[in-house]
Amino acid sequence: MIYDYLYNLTGSEALAAFIQSLLPLFIFILPFALFAVLMERKVSAHMQDRLGPMRVGYHGILQTVADILKLVQKEDIVPADTDKPLFNIAPALVFVGSYGVFAAIPFSGAFVGANIDLGLFYIVAISGLIVAGILMAGWSSNNKYSLLGAMRSAAQIISYEIPTMLVILTIVMITGTLNLYTLSEMQTGYFWNWMIFGGPDFGISKFIFIPLMIIAFVVIYISTLAEVNRTPFDIPEAESELVAGYHTEYSGMKFAMFFLAEYANMFAVSAIVAAIFFGGFQSPFGYLGNTFGVHWLIPFEQFFWFTAKGLFFVFVQMWLRWTLPRLRVDQLMALCWKYLIPIAFVDLLIVGLITVL
Amino acid sequence: MLTEEKIPTKPDNVRTEEMVLNMGPQHPSTHGVLRLELTLQGEIIKECRPHIGYLHRCFEKHAEAMTYPQVVPYTDRMDYLASMYNEFGYAVAVEKLLGIEIPERVEYIRVIMGEFQRIASHLVALGTYGADIGAMTPFLFCFRDREKILSLFELVSGARLLYNYIWVGGVSHDLHPDFVRLAKEFIPYFRPKIKELNDLLTGNRIFIERTANVGVLPLDTAINFGISGPNLRASGLKWDLRRDDPYSIYDKFDFDIPIGKGEMGTVGDCWDRYYMRVLEMEQSLRILEQALDQIPEGDVSSAIPKRIKPPAGQVYSRVENPRGELGYFIISNGTVNPFRIKVKGPSFVHLGIMNELCKGHMIADVIAILGSIDIVLGEVDR
Repeated sequence: MIYDYLYNLTGSEALAAFIQSLLPLFIFILPFALFAVLMERKVSAHMQDRLGPMRVGYHGILQTVADILKLVQKEDIVPADTDKPLFNIAPALVFVGSYGVFAAIPFSGAFVGANIDLGLFYIVAISGLIVAGILMAGWSSNNKYSLLGAMRSAAQIISYEIPTMLVILTIVMITGTLNLYTLSEMQTGYFWNWMIFGGPDFGISKFIFIPLMIIAFVVIYISTLAEVNRTPFDIPEAESELVAGYHTEYSGMKFAMFFLAEYANMFAVSAIVAAIFFGGFQSPFGYLGNTFGVHWLIPFEQFFWFTAKGLFFVFVQMWLRWTLPRLRVDQLMALCWKYLIPIAFVDLLIVGLITVL
Repeated sequence: MLTEEKIPTKPDNVRTEEMVLNMGPQHPSTHGVLRLELTLQGEIIKECRPHIGYLHRCFEKHAEAMTYPQVVPYTDRMDYLASMYNEFGYAVAVEKLLGIEIPERVEYIRVIMGEFQRIASHLVALGTYGADIGAMTPFLFCFRDREKILSLFELVSGARLLYNYIWVGGVSHDLHPDFVRLAKEFIPYFRPKIKELNDLLTGNRIFIERTANVGVLPLDTAINFGISGPNLRASGLKWDLRRDDPYSIYDKFDFDIPIGKGEMGTVGDCWDRYYMRVLEMEQSLRILEQALDQIPEGDVSSAIPKRIKPPAGQVYSRVENPRGELGYFIISNGTVNPFRIKVKGPSFVHLGIMNELCKGHMIADVIAILGSIDIVLGEVDR
């Protein structure tokens, strides 16, 4: 594990833990956000018969870097009559909420920010900070669009946490663990050991689990889309109605923090879905490291598989965004309370019955 | 639709107040500089009052100081998404005042331009409507196809938005030699694109949820408010000036007039108004096919008068603009300048229905309704 290596290197437990918890930020989230913004622009461009950014670097690969440099230089405008402390804290809170999630995500067998036993619970809890941040941003901006956006957002995120939690409970009932690392380790071997294919246990129950797991996956994927405010659920920042929703009044680096948080969040929820249902960092068909006897290669392969799965789901999110229109706020609530929650609940009950039997 | 009765009554000790939200003049979805003053209870609209005038350019007063041909470029700037049709309507009105005959080739050219303009204008309406509902991709697809039409216009007139092409008594230039070939190529190119739009947006479940049964405009209300064009037809009346009050040579062509049937909800809802424009594009393609096949040879400038000095009198002439009935009322006092030009613009009339349609809906529906009646602020304010 990285922690042991850092401990040997620094000789201090506190320092090792500190560096380890910072690693996901620097080696993953920041580069990922840069990459994801570019990816979104390129994906959308090619879906719309355009080229996207082409000027900065080869095919515009440095476009986001240029954008961030521009945002850093911008004046930090705080509109008059805002609630200044809240206005300044809000972006940090949203950023912390989405960054905190990464601490418990196992990127590979040797790279987990914090291997907590209550990992899934921790993730759900810490991402609750995002709601607080969004509400603060909307309230303190002293802007009606921001306020409407924030109210919508809070209602939406809290509602959609229920189906998410129900699906997570379903998984916990089968596996008996909230630890994402253990969960990923359980799904080792080939891809038919993944939870979406009924989990690692062979038997009749595996085949009953498959349709239930697919339903659970669809439910959690839809609700995570809503939790990160992506189309068709991008109602809090519905551009055509609310201008930019809760971050209408933000500019410069504070806006960039919302922006960064949004993309970090996209990957976080994709990573959770990948870790729960698609074997986390496990390769679908063995490791090159095992084949050639080069064991130090395995963690890197695992890292590759994990990011590949995460990025695939991020891509699907983008794909949906550039295909679908947006729901209305009452339809969004109806979808959650009338369809997703009952479905998730029935799924939970059936899985519970099977596990007891 | 949430009506007042469905809003839960509040306990007496809780104080609530209505919020007034100014949507616009700077807002992404007001299609120009329109300000909607919304009185909200939560997210429910109690009242929607449009405020206009941000784009007023005194077209009608201005026209009194100019000669008849000089007015043409100004008509372009009213409904800037349907410039050709504004010129068309103006030319028809002045020719009626002058009582002159137009060469047949000119009439064909005008109909071809008019129908291309109708497709281009509807493409903007449909694309931006998709963007209003939250789907960005149809917007860019529509603009991609509109570009092809604009290139055709550029070929004949040299301009892409404000053409000054259709003149009183004729057109400014004859068609480019390549025009008919390129225009014929456009039709088979565009037919599959309509299907693509239907696959992507029209039949999309979320899109239907957002637009069906929203902003229902009953036929009697529509007639009382003077609604015309696709919005009126979506409410179920087969009324099209090309058929019911024929001008130019529209009586020579074979085309249908689609009306709203309420396939996805109620007759006259937003979805019907949207779909009406899709169906009209197909009919325009039919007219174009016939016109491009039949277009005769001839001189296009023979009927252009050297000096336009109509006899004293007045005329009202109306054409079927992509948005509805575009009427020109012209009074001549026998000089080279018009004494008065009054425009009856469809967008201005249609904007009056906003309050009627929005009451009891949510904020998101205001955008859907505004997009579906398809106004152009340049023409509302003139």
